[in-house]
Amino acid sequence: MELIMAALIGLMAAVSVYLMLAGNMLRFIVGLSLLSNAVNLAIFEAGRLSFAAPPFIAEGEKAPTGDVANALPQALILTAIVIGFGLLAFTLVLVYRLYGAFGTVEIDEIENAEPRG
Amino acid sequence: MAEAESPAGRAAGVRRLVPALLSALAAWWFFGFVPAVHGGETVFFVWDWAPQLGVSFAFAIDGLGLVFALLVTGIGALVLLYAAEYFRTHPQRDRLLVLLVLFELSMLGLVLADDALTLFLFWEGTTVTSFLLIGFDHEKAEARAKAVQALIVTGLGGVALLAGLLLAGQQTGTYRLSELGDYALTLRNGGMYQGVFWLVILGCFTKSAQIPFHYWLPNAMAAPTPVSAYLHSATMVKAGVYLLARLSPALSGTDLWMWTLTLTGAATMVLSSIWAMRQSDLKLGLAYTTVMGLGALTMMLGAGGEGAILAFCVFLIVHALYKASLFLVIGILDKKAGTREADGLSGLGRDMPLTWLVALLAGASMAGLPPFFGFIGKEAIYEGALHGDAPAALVAVAALLANAMMIAIAGAVALTPFTGEFKAKKAAPTDAHLFMWAGPAALALLGLGFGLAPGAAELLVAPMAASVAGEAMDVHLHLFGGVNLPLALSVVTFALGYVLWRRLPRTRESLALLEAGGARQGFRLLRGDRALRPDARPLGDFERSYDVFLRVLTGLSRETTALLQSGYLPRYLRVTMATMAGMTAAGLWVGGGWPSIEMGEAPGLMLLVVALIAVASLTLLMTARRLLLITSLGVVGAGVALIFALYGAIDVAITQLMVETLVVVIIAVALLKLPRIALARTAAAQRARLWNGAIGAAVGVAVTGALMAVMDGEIDRSLTDYFEKASATIAFGRNIVNVILVDFRALDTMGEIAVVAIAGLSALALLAARVRPMKDAEK
Amino acid sequence: MNSLILSAATRFLAPLMLAYSLFILLRGHNEPGGGFIGGLVAATAFALYAKAEDTGAVRRAMRIAPELLSMLGLGAAVMAGVWGWWEGDAFLESVWPFLVVEDGKKEGLPVGSALLFDVGVYMVVVGAVTALFLALEDDASRSPDDEDADQSGER
Repeated sequence: MELIMAALIGLMAAVSVYLMLAGNMLRFIVGLSLLSNAVNLAIFEAGRLSFAAPPFIAEGEKAPTGDVANALPQALILTAIVIGFGLLAFTLVLVYRLYGAFGTVEIDEIENAEPRG
Repeated sequence: MAEAESPAGRAAGVRRLVPALLSALAAWWFFGFVPAVHGGETVFFVWDWAPQLGVSFAFAIDGLGLVFALLVTGIGALVLLYAAEYFRTHPQRDRLLVLLVLFELSMLGLVLADDALTLFLFWEGTTVTSFLLIGFDHEKAEARAKAVQALIVTGLGGVALLAGLLLAGQQTGTYRLSELGDYALTLRNGGMYQGVFWLVILGCFTKSAQIPFHYWLPNAMAAPTPVSAYLHSATMVKAGVYLLARLSPALSGTDLWMWTLTLTGAATMVLSSIWAMRQSDLKLGLAYTTVMGLGALTMMLGAGGEGAILAFCVFLIVHALYKASLFLVIGILDKKAGTREADGLSGLGRDMPLTWLVALLAGASMAGLPPFFGFIGKEAIYEGALHGDAPAALVAVAALLANAMMIAIAGAVALTPFTGEFKAKKAAPTDAHLFMWAGPAALALLGLGFGLAPGAAELLVAPMAASVAGEAMDVHLHLFGGVNLPLALSVVTFALGYVLWRRLPRTRESLALLEAGGARQGFRLLRGDRALRPDARPLGDFERSYDVFLRVLTGLSRETTALLQSGYLPRYLRVTMATMAGMTAAGLWVGGGWPSIEMGEAPGLMLLVVALIAVASLTLLMTARRLLLITSLGVVGAGVALIFALYGAIDVAITQLMVETLVVVIIAVALLKLPRIALARTAAAQRARLWNGAIGAAVGVAVTGALMAVMDGEIDRSLTDYFEKASATIAFGRNIVNVILVDFRALDTMGEIAVVAIAGLSALALLAARVRPMKDAEK
Repeated sequence: MNSLILSAATRFLAPLMLAYSLFILLRGHNEPGGGFIGGLVAATAFALYAKAEDTGAVRRAMRIAPELLSMLGLGAAVMAGVWGWWEGDAFLESVWPFLVVEDGKKEGLPVGSALLFDVGVYMVVVGAVTALFLALEDDASRSPDDEDADQSGER
């Protein structure tokens, strides 16, 4: 399964990079969303996959009994998801305003955004 | 004077004296250390800074540091007093005083620091405050340019110095300057000596204006005169020679040290004396003699031997006393007579008797006349030159030439303006306010006092020489050391100096002519470069190298910026992504090629979920229809949530699901207003898509490879184990993930919620123009 | 959006979700849940309410500007940190004022700075997400005429 997951994450990353390079801001946002999913999955897999119980401690115990999933990457991903959402929402609003100001979401058509060197 | 009459004005008038008073108190405090330090003691003040790195906030008061501390605070007090009067009505007087005090503190920290990094910190402090002080008249473009020049030259030197100090620390294992001397042999034989030496030398030479970095110092005369008197004669420019002296026990004793310092010092000394003679602006002339003094000090450190070290110590004090005094006198002349030009001043002695007296006292010390301290200093230099490690003839001749020219300049400053026919820009020049002549007078009198009672100076010089030599030294200063070779040299010096002074106006003219005509200028004209430059420096225009350096630097950065900052977003992204893929590939290659991992168990349900995500991802790739995009995005998100749930990450799965819902909702809201996606069909667009596809594929392969490499290795579960054990017992929580978030790694979480809050606020600000305020919504 | 069914259902659903989000927040230390999840549930509730009614209704129901709520949440988290600093010896060290541990058995109320911190997280997430959503919704649901006027003004 690890191998398949690695391949899936690679596929997601490839698609998201292609979308982000496309020069269309909408596709960029879609790519960004996909990329954050891919990265979260990658961190998750790097913490090792196991069909173990969630990392909880039973009432009255001092430590988890039996095998539990790795809690550390879960904590990292949990916040990463929320931050990723914040970033995505901000980007979306940015693009939204960009469209309001320039009337297009194609990068090639936005000429006076930054003078070309 | 109206200022002093109102109570507020009087308060302001008193306030301007506070810095001088504080500085005087500090000087008094340092004076209390003289007996202890003279007894061979070193007083340490040490606080831990980064003990893991062996770095501390360490200060030491030894002979060298104490003399400098006394000079900094003592001259500081007098200059601050002087400046308070000099800038009495200046609207930015307080800014100047504050800057001067800041500078004084930096300088004090520099000379007392016993830790290499502490020293560097204060070294940079003097660079920055000096920049601000040179550019004090920031409305003048010239002052700004000169300030930047001083900053760049000494700042670059500072970077080199830091590198040198770090190298030395690595080699010896200590950053304490007082301990470095014990490791002199380690340093010399460690293979790093050359590196340490050149880097430190670069820092010291730039700071102390040695050739070829000297040009910034005369240019720094754009600063107000009190600033020049303080920074650019007595204190800051001595930081370089101070550090050379401080490191002399650790670094000296090699041929490299001896030749580099002696030759540079000698060249600086002689050339700057000639340049000094060329100047008609008295202040500028004095500035060049400061360069000469620094050259002499460097040369003495290079020459080596007990005599040279003694000469270094004596001359350093001599120079600080007379130079600060003379600078302040020039300031008085400038203020009261209206000009600093040598040709525009004469016969002022009758109207400004006090000023003349002070100028005479200080000038006599500069000229090295007996019984002034300057005479002892000059004798010491000749003594050191004759008995040092460096070739005696070279050092002695350089010293003789420079000293003779010093006599001429001393005459030009202390005699010419005050004798002869009356000539001044202002009609009725008078002596200055008490505050303004008290400082130079005190310093000049000290120069006389030390000369008459050399025993008093010994109190300071003996421990100072011991610090520089790294061992105790037997020091005896005499005004008259018997009829010997140094005395004979002094006599020759006086004779030569007198002749030069009498011929100074003509010498100045001929130097100017040499500069205006001459081979260099002719060559320039031939090249069609520039016409006659009236302000060109004679005999070598080192400032040009600075100009060229700056031009090349700015040109280079303009080129790189144009290359990297194309202003075209897809190009930035392509470069970033391709770099990432390339670096990862390189990492994999170095790490032993493509990793291989076990297939592991693959249940049917998981395969189904994976297939779903893959199909949805590919749909995102293919489609331009917005509804399909949103749906596919939702499918990917839900699939990922399912993976989390199946692998025991229930909290993460819930969060993912919630977020995915919100993502779909807000994208849907926004997309209503956004245009359809149209795919261009031009050839260029096709080509770009091909490139993008290649880069995307490369990134994908790199990610897969990196992930497989990670899975191939062992995982370190020690953190997880700790969290599992401590979660219930220490943090009283049974949901380990939540405990990590709000307890063990709460600081991370705090940063993360801050990001979320800021993202929300920023989006709000972007939309602000269109958001209806709450009041409207309530209507 | 004017759907009668959605509107009627939301009237029951949204308060229920809000209550549930608080429940999730509070049990988070021991069971699945916590500030992030609770905050997202509450934000979803507000989003639903905004879709069913309008954004003005949500703003009135919240009584406090959502962006202010997120800032207060950040403040609460910082306070939890300072509390730990004050009582313990490190910023964000958790403090349990009502908890006594004897022989490995804990007695008392498991309420402390960690909970305050989690409440802060909850407020930040609710506030930031809701603020963003409401602003976007406000903007997007304006009539096209306004839009054109705005744009011509901007160009």
